[in-house]
Amino acid sequence: MKGWMGKIRALFLLSSLALILSGCGRENLTAFLPKGYGAEVSLNLIIISLAVMIFVFIVVMIIYTVVLVKYRRKKGQEDYIPKQTEGNKALEIIWTVIPILLLVIIAVPTVSATFDLADESEKEDTLNIKVTGNQYWWHFSYEDEEIQTSQDLYIPVGKRIYLNMVSSDVLHSFWVPSITGKMDTNPENENTMYIEAYEEGVYWGKCAELCGPSHSLMDFKIVAVSEEEYNQWVTDMQNFDAEAVPETASAQEGQELFQNNCISCHALGSSPVAVAPNLTDFGNRTKIAGVLDFDKETLVGWISNPEEFKEGNKMTNAEYLKNGSLSEEEISKIADYLLQLKPTTITPESATN
Amino acid sequence: MSTTIAQNRSFGAALWDYLTTVDHKKIGILYLVSGGFFFLLGGLEAMAIRIQLIKPANDFVSAGFYNQILTMHGTTMIFLAAMPLIFALMNAVVPLQIGARDVAFPFLNALGFWLFLAGGLILNASWFLGGAPDAGWTAYAPLSTTSPGHGVDFYVLGLQISGAGTLIAGINFLVTIVNMRAPGMTYMRMPLFTWTTFVVSALILFAFPALTVGLFLLMFDRLFGSGFFDASMGGNSVIWEHLFWIFGHPEVYILILPAFGVFSEILPVFSKKRLFGYTAMVFATVLIGFLGFMVWAHHMFTVGLGPAANSIFAVATMAIAVPTGIKIFNWLFTLWGGNITINTAMLYSLSFIPTFTIGGMTGVMLAAAAADYQFHDTYFVVAHFHYVIVGGVVFGIFAGLHYWWPRMFGKILDEKLGKLTFWTFFIGFHLTFFIQHFLGLMGMPRRYWTFLPDQGLDTGNLISTIGAFLMAFGTIVFVINVIVTSVKGEKVGGDPWDGRTLEWAIANPTPHYNFKQTPLVRGLDAFWIEKMDGRKEMTPAEPVDDIHMPNSSILPFIMALGLFIAGFGFIYQVDNSAWLAAVFIGMGILLGCMFIRSVKDDHGYHIHKEDLDKGAGL
Repeated sequence: MKGWMGKIRALFLLSSLALILSGCGRENLTAFLPKGYGAEVSLNLIIISLAVMIFVFIVVMIIYTVVLVKYRRKKGQEDYIPKQTEGNKALEIIWTVIPILLLVIIAVPTVSATFDLADESEKEDTLNIKVTGNQYWWHFSYEDEEIQTSQDLYIPVGKRIYLNMVSSDVLHSFWVPSITGKMDTNPENENTMYIEAYEEGVYWGKCAELCGPSHSLMDFKIVAVSEEEYNQWVTDMQNFDAEAVPETASAQEGQELFQNNCISCHALGSSPVAVAPNLTDFGNRTKIAGVLDFDKETLVGWISNPEEFKEGNKMTNAEYLKNGSLSEEEISKIADYLLQLKPTTITPESATN
Repeated sequence: MSTTIAQNRSFGAALWDYLTTVDHKKIGILYLVSGGFFFLLGGLEAMAIRIQLIKPANDFVSAGFYNQILTMHGTTMIFLAAMPLIFALMNAVVPLQIGARDVAFPFLNALGFWLFLAGGLILNASWFLGGAPDAGWTAYAPLSTTSPGHGVDFYVLGLQISGAGTLIAGINFLVTIVNMRAPGMTYMRMPLFTWTTFVVSALILFAFPALTVGLFLLMFDRLFGSGFFDASMGGNSVIWEHLFWIFGHPEVYILILPAFGVFSEILPVFSKKRLFGYTAMVFATVLIGFLGFMVWAHHMFTVGLGPAANSIFAVATMAIAVPTGIKIFNWLFTLWGGNITINTAMLYSLSFIPTFTIGGMTGVMLAAAAADYQFHDTYFVVAHFHYVIVGGVVFGIFAGLHYWWPRMFGKILDEKLGKLTFWTFFIGFHLTFFIQHFLGLMGMPRRYWTFLPDQGLDTGNLISTIGAFLMAFGTIVFVINVIVTSVKGEKVGGDPWDGRTLEWAIANPTPHYNFKQTPLVRGLDAFWIEKMDGRKEMTPAEPVDDIHMPNSSILPFIMALGLFIAGFGFIYQVDNSAWLAAVFIGMGILLGCMFIRSVKDDHGYHIHKEDLDKGAGL
């Protein structure tokens, strides 16, 4: 008996120790430290349901422990036949009715929170952004502002923003744990969800619906900046000039190579083309392709052989890779061009209080 | 028949015996062996998953291959391991528990098994034929409809064929339990395992057709150019999710209810008390089965069904906690006041209670729709369903095997090795999955090939992988246990546990005809009642007479072979229409066998009462 419970206790100790060691997870990624409205509503509900459930668990474990301590076969009682109890009406009514009451405690806030998070009453009066999930990147279209961007979603802090979501291919699911829970992107209908960030910051987003080999490499960011910074960002993005001549010679050549090889899929500025990520503010990103380190060497490697980094991504089918029309030197020039695409001073680094 | 010359028979004869058998006890063994094989295969896939996730940015397997492994792990464990292992127990036990000589349709019973095996082999053949399915065991469209290669085609055909086998088995058990109970065994005197089998068979009858339809639509989309799930052709991919979960949620109960039944048998026997609140247990089982059909959309809270639908399904899901709670408390009060013996079967049953309670707790938490927006498709969900499926179903299967092994094979599984398996498996299990609750909320979605360093996910994943190795160790010890027991184990009598139900009233080994005389059932725990009245055997309900038995047949095997061939034909005819020949040949074999079966009279045979005393049919 002792060894039995001892082992269980050791197990729980070990698990909780592990938990303490790893903490609650990384800030701006974990759902345990909500930084937005949806995440807070969800966490509150999680805490309510967990509390009720822990109460139930304790009751079960008390009875369980008593039973195992008291009623194990004792020496000399091998042939003892206990009373064959059929049941007990009072007890059975108790453990039917009390769980129902406990469930009501969970069900009421659940229904209320579910309707709260689906509220669309402010949709017309605020910022609406169209979100498109693609294998394996995210596209964001600010329709009223005529801004197109990918991978990094810039939003003003403290404001309710509506995301209208679709998919261009298979199912994806938009998840930024510290801001809000998930919403799927479907190819046939538009799903709407609102987000509101409490603090400025860069929040990690992930795809949460299996969408192919590189499902785990479909990271994106929400960049929450102050209202003024956001307005600045909008103005700068709207004023982006795709024809602007870069400073260095290498980047200038890169620009031409980009125009000849890349522009059929990758758009710049407010062009609605969204076959591949919009690269308007590429130079301000913190990751290449959502998950790779942001430096020139990695960028050249990525352009030269995207399949090596993200299996099944569609850039692998690009013309320049099929007929090998770009030399490494030329790819390096394109990288120079892309890295200097910084149309705005509002970057993820601006997202601090 | 062949069993009368059982001694010294050759391997060929034994093989032929099993290929043609319609005896529920042998079919149970066939299910056990093949289900066990697939369980090890699924376990191997699980280990590959855990090794890949042992550290961040690992590349033990490639991303595409990882998706194949995770898809096959889920599909194999659900359809090819858990289901057949449960059918193994049902076949081995249910006819004996109701005092029957076989199931209602012995021929169909064999057909059901061979169809399951054919489907399982088709599915796994994909590994060697260009890649396994890679769209998850849920095969959500459009990923499944657009997945390149033939992987998902193998999924569709494999599951369609094995699903037909399952449907047949379900119908068979329904009819068996309705029609073949011994005199005196009213519905409210049936042992709980028989009750759960009965309810589960009804669930199969209503749930599997939804899968069949879904798979047909998917098959047409992939192989014949239709667009049921293709938005650009006016289709709708969410329809697949509905069809899949209308099947998929009852499927969860199809798996767990028999495990509930197993525990409801073991706990009374080893605490020497009758099951507490039998009537409530029966009604809770039926209620869980019924509610199981009302809650499928809780798998789809993030699909965008809207707050009204989400709320309704949330509350309906929570309601299931009530009958499940009733069961937990009834088990506890069965133990209360008892005289409890703890052996391996009991260890699994006892550890099931807290483990499953945790799984149920997270189930209620997941049911809270607005909280599920965070849980959905993360490792929290992975943890939850492993707590109910491993902590419930697999523990139940292990418990049931230890408990009924002497009935099936005449020997008791080695207790020392059994306990070693239990402790390593149990500790390994909690180590693997408890931490995953936290990983999920810390931002790790499920079905992730890798995770990046510096995201706070490293430690949890490492612990999880260590636990998985412990589980693997426990499983290997179990296999060793089976081998050691069958080589060295000693034969035991017919009633080694001081059992309460009819299956223990038979001598060991179980005669081919089960009961020489159909027993008379005088109440719940029929055998226990007789023993309490000082008798050693059941009171017979009939005089000794000739026993009618069904003939063996090779037709079920050949029919499954026909569908196996046709399955490959369907898959490859898109590449080359010459493969249509395989479709016609395979379907021809199937229809030919059905024709033979229909026109050829097969009245079975009789074991004459004079021969019974000479040992015929033993």
